[in-house]
Amino acid sequence: MSETIWVIPLIPLLSSVMLMLFGSRLKITHIGFLGVASVGISALLTLVLAVEFMQNQQIIQESLWTWMEVAGFAPGISFYFDGLTLVMMSVITGVGFLIHLFSTEFMEKDPSYARYFAYLNMFVAAMLVLVMADNLLLLYLGWEGVGVCSYLLVGFWYQHNANGQAARKAFIVTRIGDTAMALGLLLLFTELGTLDIQAMVGAANQTWQIGDSIPLIACLLIICGAVGKSAQLPLHTWLPDAMAGPTPVSALIHAATMVTAGVYLIARTHGLFLLAPTAMTVVAVIGIATSLMAAFTALMQTDIKRILAYSTISQIGYMFLALGVGAWSAGIFHLMTHAFFKALLFLGSGAIIHCLHHEHNIFKMGGLRTRMPVTFWSFMIGSAALAALPMTSGFFSKDQILLQAYQLPDLGPGLWMAGLLGALLTAIYSFRLVFVVFFGEANTEPDKDTGWRMAVPLSVLCFLAMIGGYFMIPVAEVFPASDGSHPAHWVEYVSISVPLVGLLVAYLVFFNRRLNIDGLANSTVGKSLGNFWLSGWGIDWLYDHLFVRPYYGLANLLKSEPVDGIYGLIVALNQTFNHWLSAAQSGRMRWYLASMVAGLIILITLAANLPTGVLQ
Amino acid sequence: MDGLNIPLNHILLVSSLLFAIGMLGLMIRRNIIFILMSLEVMLNAAALAFVAAGAHWEQPDGQVVFMLILTVAAAEVAVGLGLVLQVQKRFKTLDMDHANRMQG
Repeated sequence: MSETIWVIPLIPLLSSVMLMLFGSRLKITHIGFLGVASVGISALLTLVLAVEFMQNQQIIQESLWTWMEVAGFAPGISFYFDGLTLVMMSVITGVGFLIHLFSTEFMEKDPSYARYFAYLNMFVAAMLVLVMADNLLLLYLGWEGVGVCSYLLVGFWYQHNANGQAARKAFIVTRIGDTAMALGLLLLFTELGTLDIQAMVGAANQTWQIGDSIPLIACLLIICGAVGKSAQLPLHTWLPDAMAGPTPVSALIHAATMVTAGVYLIARTHGLFLLAPTAMTVVAVIGIATSLMAAFTALMQTDIKRILAYSTISQIGYMFLALGVGAWSAGIFHLMTHAFFKALLFLGSGAIIHCLHHEHNIFKMGGLRTRMPVTFWSFMIGSAALAALPMTSGFFSKDQILLQAYQLPDLGPGLWMAGLLGALLTAIYSFRLVFVVFFGEANTEPDKDTGWRMAVPLSVLCFLAMIGGYFMIPVAEVFPASDGSHPAHWVEYVSISVPLVGLLVAYLVFFNRRLNIDGLANSTVGKSLGNFWLSGWGIDWLYDHLFVRPYYGLANLLKSEPVDGIYGLIVALNQTFNHWLSAAQSGRMRWYLASMVAGLIILITLAANLPTGVLQ
Repeated sequence: MDGLNIPLNHILLVSSLLFAIGMLGLMIRRNIIFILMSLEVMLNAAALAFVAAGAHWEQPDGQVVFMLILTVAAAEVAVGLGLVLQVQKRFKTLDMDHANRMQG
């Protein structure tokens, strides 16, 4: 297996191409089989690879061919496989397989069934290339590949204008980050002469000292790329709108895999970031700020998918926080557990939406506990993991992050406290979702319950979300070891108890309504603050006025081609003179003669009146 | 020189008067015949000025040029009358303003 890891991304790619070419001629069952089986085979192969890796701990480097060769620049189509790659591949193929299976039922009635699976398979292939790439250029290929697939899938129901708008927004906003990242790659290449990640990090350590400015600039540019892809401040606005796509797509691309690509990128180039401590602080601050901002916003949303979207932004903020404080493996660990429980939550919401005639508003649901038991338990477990209740997977990963953040000198306790506030909010909004949707009065009647193709992925993900915390991810060789010291016990106790407090608050407010917040919510301050949070801190509004509208204005201005107007003036002037002069060509001899005589008289008069001496 | 001693200025005045009359005729007449005649008047006005100048400075050049002008005028009339005939044939009129088909 270890010699042929390139097969793993190839299979979904082949399936995608086949679906694109012959999809319209295949039967629906065959399409579903092809789409699911290709990812399933990849998942199996990854499993085999994982077992081998556990036995011999062997890093695999595999070069297929040279992509291009120009003046010493020779990136190869080459793959690199170590513990970090394994974790990412397992998440992509494993969770990807479950989501594909879920999709076969969710998208059953859709006329573009083949197109959907073609895109989804292509996405898996591109994402695998991203995490398996040995050099940054191939990584960038996968990076752009997943961007394209995200665009195609967000705008999957392109018949509605709003969906196309959301797709374009997702594409353009991430493109801003990608451009900065491309600049970062160019800088790294000009400085170090290679883009092979391992060689590059080695060369960087020999060339630069800690705190030099060039690695700082390169890291900041890479951060820009990661921020765009992972929907962090200030480029996070595309993710909530990206929920316009089918729900399984949101689960796969916008929760489990693609949006964590930024986290992977920073973790993969951590050797570079260790040379630029300022850049790491920037990552941590971006992470915690995003995390809090998104958590506050999620508190006020009413669309079930937007709640989950903001929660994703918030959780990726935690991962960034982990990377920023040097808790690399904790960040990757949270990436994995988050993939489990967030995919679970998204698939659960997909099941609800599927069974409730595409209802998105949580206040129109209610009382679904008894009527959709599988979904209810998925949501319970997913929300518990999301809120990091003890013994769930999210607890282990988030706890690690918070404790390691606390140990950072200077900033540490501040980051820890902000992280705790975020954890409190996370617990409140996730259980608000559960209590509102599954308890209380029933407002809508589901017309069906989930079929087995939905129930199986949900159950497997439930299991993973519960026990994911006990996995040992094999990244010890990849990252520098942490010092292993533990903060004081009280820090740990506080970290554990905060989510429970959040659960209690949510219980009192949204379940037995002992705590009435109507008065607070209806006061002027509460109302304006609530609206502010509902709108996502007005950032969309700000960008709209700062960038989008001026751009439209400029485009409108340029639509009338003002520069061409200048040349048009020259043309108009020429035509006018042409008119006048061609009118003079009347063909009447007598006119010619008369004008000649008149001209002559004028000339002679002028000459006669000239001061003496001028004509000499 | 003996005989009539007319001052040069007077002759030149007559000459320019003739020239102006000819030119005016050229400008306001439409009939080609009259135009040709006006041209003739203008040529002769110039010729008169030459002769007068030649007489004044007692040089033969003035009369030589007069001979030249006479020849040119004869040739011009020959060609001009030929054209007049053609115009009459084609347009059934001698009005110059109707013969402006080459208007640009």
